[in-house]
Amino acid sequence: MKFQRHIATLFTSLAFALPLVANANAVLDDYKTQAKTENPAFKDFSAAAGQRLYSTQGPNQLSCSSCHTDSPKNAGKHAKTNKAIDPMAPSVNPQRFTDATKVEKWFKRNCNDALGRACTTQEKGDFLTYLLSVK
Amino acid sequence: MQRHPLWTLAAVFTLTLSSLSAQAKYNGEDRGRPVMPAQSNAKWQAECSGCHLAFPPGLLPAPSWQKLMGGLDKHFGTDASLSPADTKEITDFLVRNASNRWTASTAPLKITDSEWFKTKHRAGEINPAVWKRESVKSQSNCMACHRGADKGEFDEDTVRIPK
Repeated sequence: MKFQRHIATLFTSLAFALPLVANANAVLDDYKTQAKTENPAFKDFSAAAGQRLYSTQGPNQLSCSSCHTDSPKNAGKHAKTNKAIDPMAPSVNPQRFTDATKVEKWFKRNCNDALGRACTTQEKGDFLTYLLSVK
Repeated sequence: MQRHPLWTLAAVFTLTLSSLSAQAKYNGEDRGRPVMPAQSNAKWQAECSGCHLAFPPGLLPAPSWQKLMGGLDKHFGTDASLSPADTKEITDFLVRNASNRWTASTAPLKITDSEWFKTKHRAGEINPAVWKRESVKSQSNCMACHRGADKGEFDEDTVRIPK
């Protein structure tokens, strides 16, 4: 009986822990640390804010979705060169957001292109949180 | 005294030849040979092909590559900036393998602005409507017709213009 209860507890905790593990991301953790340093009042990142950012159009009439389509689960296409772009959501493309240098390189370029300015740490974290939440 | 007609022919031939060589081929704006070096560079390949074909270094002269790589943050309307270390490695590779037949002092940023490109893709040769096709989209999309462009293969015989 006791053994069975242990097994049950194990499975219950696994059920809770697994989604957390699936969403764990070292790059996001770094942004969280950075956000806390920059802003002592920092609470957390928001997937909803990230989703809004994804479709926000900047001064050049460009948004993330211009090249990455309406859903980050889709393969995209470079608006100018036609080059195919692999999906951005880690649920369909696990290689995404595993290399901090690469992530920073693309945030710098694409925030400039789409929004006409650099993104804040809060925005980068929101964006990543959204993409990690897309199943 | 009457000269043999063959002499006249020879004189005309020599004159034509000398006037041709005085005017350098493509006004001195010629692509190199080879356009693609035997030894490639992994950074150049990975970074340039992140957005488009990694254009073979021999398609432009060294000063063009230096100018282009010095302005990656404003790269044809797009921010394509790289880390200083990557920028240097790729610039060195491009400059080392730039066109070895470019004699003009010009340094265009666009391959399509060079005289060799314009001559090779004249309207009489290629219907201008072709460039507007969705499968081609722009003159910078070499791969649409030159399927081996990524290997530096631009042979006229292998050109296939898509619908």
